[in-house]
Amino acid sequence: MNIAVLQFPASNCDQDAVHAVRLLGHSARLVWHKDASLGDTDAVIVPGGFSYGDYLRCGAIARFSPVMQAVKNFADNGGLVLGVCNGFQVLTEAGLLPGALIRNRDLQFHCEFIHLKTLTASSPFTNRIPAGKTLRVPIAHGEGCYFADEETLASLKANDQILWQYCDAGGNVTDTANPNGALQNIAGICNERRNVAGLMPHPERACERILGSDDGKWILESIFAALKDQPATQAA
Amino acid sequence: MKAKIIITPKKAVLDPQGKTVQNALAQMGYTGVTGVHIGKYIEIDLAPGTDQAAAQKALNDAAHKLLSNPVIEDYRLEIE
Repeated sequence: MNIAVLQFPASNCDQDAVHAVRLLGHSARLVWHKDASLGDTDAVIVPGGFSYGDYLRCGAIARFSPVMQAVKNFADNGGLVLGVCNGFQVLTEAGLLPGALIRNRDLQFHCEFIHLKTLTASSPFTNRIPAGKTLRVPIAHGEGCYFADEETLASLKANDQILWQYCDAGGNVTDTANPNGALQNIAGICNERRNVAGLMPHPERACERILGSDDGKWILESIFAALKDQPATQAA
Repeated sequence: MKAKIIITPKKAVLDPQGKTVQNALAQMGYTGVTGVHIGKYIEIDLAPGTDQAAAQKALNDAAHKLLSNPVIEDYRLEIE
């Protein structure tokens, strides 16, 4: 598979994403934010970082980069797009995912391992995650508190769009396991069509045992599996 | 000419900064404070002679698309 990893000014997880994709046996390349085309691409990763210095709001400026129009077209054609951390913020600002990410409730930047409960295997981002497995992956953000109005939250639930919730090591979704105050412990969601997803934790930083966990690979492997099952659904 | 845009968090949105400042005010002995909401203030310089109605329309558009996020924020626009 050929994965496009976007690169904005002050992206800083772009190389990690490329590394993780290649480690899992697929090809990845960087696409500069000023490029108006994604080229030949099977899926897009919008990586973490501090695009445009987080000026105004996280992701607010990046969403107007030329490459984001290409990403929007790619998603409109059914292409798979995963936003990680700042990438999640960019996708919500761009309107590709509902809701918003706001300041952590304790005003602290959290850089630590957390645990994730996967709520559904029925998405291109979760289909290979072993049933009942709690994923241990790192977070590193100051603005990761997921917010959406009640109506949006209800529709996320009704449509099975909440993919991951923060939980404790035993898989229990509790308030103490919630690092940032996200509503309903939401760590990641997908759109209604299920081809665009975002999450605050960093799966790409947890694909090797030497880094403390390789649980993140299940999320990337899910994408590769989904692409294998539905080849060439779109062109960028 | 100047445009002033005041952006505040929506009431339903958690505002931990506002809460923290409210607590600090209470600790300092300022009584009667029932809420603090922290937002942003943006000042935009406009060329002299800019048509006010057109600027109003354009800046409302910009405020909606870029300067504020309608999911979490409200804004107020003033041109003077």
